[in-house]
Amino acid sequence: MRYIPNSPEERQEMLQGLGLGSAEELFDSIPADIILKAPLDTPAALSEVELLERFEALGAKNAAARRPSFLGAGAYTHYAPTIVDSLIQRSEFFTAYTPYQPEISQGTLQAIFEFQTLVCQLTGMDVANASMYDGSTAMAEAVLMAERVTRRTRVLVSAAVHPEYLRVTETYVAHAGIELGRLEVEEATGRTRLDPAALDEGVAAVVIQSPNFFGCVEELKGFADAVHAAGALLVVVVTEAASFGLLRSPGACGADIVVAEGQSFGVPVSFGGPYVGLFATRERYARQIPGRLVGIAYDREGRRGFVLTLATREQHIRREKATSNICTNEGLIALAATIYMTTMGRRGLQEVAAQCAQKAAHARRQIAALEGFSVPYSAPVFNEFVVRAPSAAEGLLRRLAEGAGVTGGLALSRYFTERPNDILVCVTETNRRADIDALVEGLKAS
Amino acid sequence: MANVPEGLYYSKDHEWLRVEGDSGTVGITDHAQSSLGDVVYVELPRAGETFAAHDTFGSVESVKAVSELFLPVGGEVTEVNESLNDEPEKVNNDPYGDGWMLRVKLSNRGEVDGLLSAAEYEDYIKSE
Amino acid sequence: MTITKATTHVTQNEALVFERSQSGRRGYRLPALDVEETALDELLPAELRREDDLEGVPELSEPDVVRHFTRISTWNYNIDLGLYPLGSCTMKYNSRLNERVARIQGFAGLHPLAPEEDAQGALEVMYELQRHLAEITGLPGVSLQPAAGAHGEMTGIMMIRAYLDARDGAAEGGERPRRNVMLIPDSAHGTNPASAHLSGFTVKTIRSTSEGLTDLEHLRELCSSGDVAGLMLTNPNTCGIFERNILEICRVIHEAGGLVYMDGANMNALVGVARPGDMGVDVIHLNLHKTFSTPHGGGGPGSGPCCCTAELEPFLPVPTVVRAGTETGDDAYRLEYDRPQSIGRVKAFYGNFGMHLRALAYILTHGNDGLREATEAAVLNARFIAQGLADTYERPFDSPPMHECLFTDKRQTRKGVHTLDIAKRLIDYGFHPMTIYFPLIVSGAMLIEPTESVGRAELQQFIDAMKEIAREAVEEAETVLGAPHTTRIGRLDEAAAARKPVLRWRPAGRSAGA
Repeated sequence: MRYIPNSPEERQEMLQGLGLGSAEELFDSIPADIILKAPLDTPAALSEVELLERFEALGAKNAAARRPSFLGAGAYTHYAPTIVDSLIQRSEFFTAYTPYQPEISQGTLQAIFEFQTLVCQLTGMDVANASMYDGSTAMAEAVLMAERVTRRTRVLVSAAVHPEYLRVTETYVAHAGIELGRLEVEEATGRTRLDPAALDEGVAAVVIQSPNFFGCVEELKGFADAVHAAGALLVVVVTEAASFGLLRSPGACGADIVVAEGQSFGVPVSFGGPYVGLFATRERYARQIPGRLVGIAYDREGRRGFVLTLATREQHIRREKATSNICTNEGLIALAATIYMTTMGRRGLQEVAAQCAQKAAHARRQIAALEGFSVPYSAPVFNEFVVRAPSAAEGLLRRLAEGAGVTGGLALSRYFTERPNDILVCVTETNRRADIDALVEGLKAS
Repeated sequence: MANVPEGLYYSKDHEWLRVEGDSGTVGITDHAQSSLGDVVYVELPRAGETFAAHDTFGSVESVKAVSELFLPVGGEVTEVNESLNDEPEKVNNDPYGDGWMLRVKLSNRGEVDGLLSAAEYEDYIKSE
Repeated sequence: MTITKATTHVTQNEALVFERSQSGRRGYRLPALDVEETALDELLPAELRREDDLEGVPELSEPDVVRHFTRISTWNYNIDLGLYPLGSCTMKYNSRLNERVARIQGFAGLHPLAPEEDAQGALEVMYELQRHLAEITGLPGVSLQPAAGAHGEMTGIMMIRAYLDARDGAAEGGERPRRNVMLIPDSAHGTNPASAHLSGFTVKTIRSTSEGLTDLEHLRELCSSGDVAGLMLTNPNTCGIFERNILEICRVIHEAGGLVYMDGANMNALVGVARPGDMGVDVIHLNLHKTFSTPHGGGGPGSGPCCCTAELEPFLPVPTVVRAGTETGDDAYRLEYDRPQSIGRVKAFYGNFGMHLRALAYILTHGNDGLREATEAAVLNARFIAQGLADTYERPFDSPPMHECLFTDKRQTRKGVHTLDIAKRLIDYGFHPMTIYFPLIVSGAMLIEPTESVGRAELQQFIDAMKEIAREAVEEAETVLGAPHTTRIGRLDEAAAARKPVLRWRPAGRSAGA
């Protein structure tokens, strides 16, 4: 097998050196009853050529990857500069592991420190960790953290948070003694309704997504004031990281914990993963944050370096009292996001966000003008918005795909069966004018 | 050899207690601080909290380990050494002086009898 | 001899990306906006818009970015460079072919919410991987959703909780269930108790014997209390030794009414040789970034699929991928959500699909005989090292090591040299250190896992280096105590870093609180 350096002959010599007659004897401590007598019932080896043919054929079956798409809802198609992928493919980055030995891992550690800083800058917070698995698990961990910090057990979650994120949080809190309550969405605006009566002293946190699942930008400052008056924490969730380039940071609006999905930053949509969760909070909660943290340290000669720090929060030391069980996170994806953020830089992030907003506004106007179509929510949006069609969305989108060769958006009935005619449309800087026109024409024709 | 001053009471969990009338001052011993290594953080309770003897009142962290702190006798916390937030190294440098952790109002002075004297504690750490 | 470090070379003193930033530099160019522009105030009122102009976010040219990251990358040791013997991490070769597969546009550009009929290729990949992992583990139920080992572990333990609640009746209100104890060996990795805690279990620790195995007597004693929900076991265990009493261990737990969870971190010693399902294990998590070579990436992404018995299948996270016949006779792949007893979702979407692709490519590249060959080579390499170091370093347990071997610093501490120093000195010899101070039950532990991806000559170089260090520890201890000498920075003051943590860069003139 070509990945195994020692040839069969070399291995035979090594076995003899150990006083063993055959490779089978290596497993003498395993009970004979359970040693497999036949090879696994998995395929025989494929050569490189055959393997690539196989996977190319499978890739070709994914028609949706080849057409212009207006799908968002937690995963976003943005343009990634070429150098992101070329740099993360350097052996030194992708075949290294967790930086346990800082003297020979300064590349990884410095990159994480830069990532943590960028996340703080974009979210407007003081401290960020080295990443979580994705936005959904970051949100679940934020809820657990809010309980740790406040010692209260009730958390109110907006009904306009991504439905899958809510499902994940429900799983995480099932045995944590935390009760989840719901904040409703206003029919007219599409924003979460603040319910002051629900904000009692049993509430640890309020969780709001902005822009929310329906694309509406929330009034975070108003929420922050009310939540803090009740002694609770405001947790803000962001699924479309590109919005950081244009929208006021959650930190500036008074958030206590910000969690986000970083996939928009140079990471391919890749059928749902790997992505990268961002997690940021205020200085005073730093010791309650889950996940890894990198900090500055100096050697004996005063040279600056970076180390994993505050490890005493983590599972390998605190074990059952840890702030989380997370170990491996999303290192290489966080690196990709870091390289994206530094390549696009201050102006690039602003320009991407501006283009997304402009193109989305254009598409929204055009669609709203179509007969039978309407845009039900009045709140301002960033790059996603809900469209109400005159007929069932699923069938309409199917005809659009087959006829116009465009994935028009997400039928909301996937999550909300009571909304069969609604579509969530997402527009990014990668959608060209011609694609938007095709979408509009296609919707008109259907 | 670890420093074990006279005039203090000691627990088997390596805490010391200085009794002054109805009050006591608590910290960790020289032996404890040297086993832990450089202390980076001390988690302490708030004034007003009450604990029974042997209750966990906080924790002390070094870079690679966390140890719980047990109150040698029961009482109500009257004062906490806030300076340890910024200078946890005081626990290493002066464990019986500047590195004190909290003061309690003893709830039952008789409990002190169950603690070790300096000589007994010295024997105890030798045998560990 | 003087050791000169390259500390004055510009590539060794690359600053932070923020310190490289120059106002006005651009690293990107977008196509011009091709729709009519609306005034921003009309799109979004000013109070919702950013007011800080993204101050502090760097402005760099493309060559700046490339130079910066290339330079700092050279400070990293990595698998492509040489032996990376971290115990229980399985640092094997990360195939470039797998990277090429993952980047096929049909996969990389596929949105997770694309209609299923337009994602059949991706669903087929997941279905096939599910099948192969079931075959490898001997456990038919598979979820590919967990994003890492600890995540898969949490999933497995939650499934045990759900199964027991269904079988024995769930606890009322805030009451603790009758079976609330999870047994964990004292040699276990810290994620184990942390995961147990997340499912509302309390942890009781089982002792290890002087042979480094789970103490059966203690296990039986702990099981007699009637409140045991299960056991979390690693096999081979974290001492690198196969738990030869595994069949009895599983029997004891099952008889006590509990379930057995296996931490699959050490599967590299078992693939193609023995199957956890055949051992009596009820649920296991796998680490695709260990056993199945998906890249470690400096700390992820991982992927931690969960495999389980048919009894536990109803509790798997949703969705899984199933195959359904269609009228045309073509088998269609579907996402199955209809699982009323499922523990729910542990992550949005379907898992780290990019890692599923790579793992499937690994399985198909090896073929079924190659998978066994890899396991044999991995164990052989570990034995080779164990034999090579046997006279030099203390072995705490006599049992033959499987894919990793365990040593301690006992012989070296007589001269004041500890495991940490040995590890740091190994860096000067050009190797990444092994795992140190784990497992916790052995003082001064050094856990060495070479994997199958190392050749004999390099194994010998490692052995020779370790022997040299042992000699240095006696004859010139200062050299070991002051190591590493050849890296661009020396040992860092981690205590100071933890006392006054600085976790981000700030522009000059801004304090931490600002």
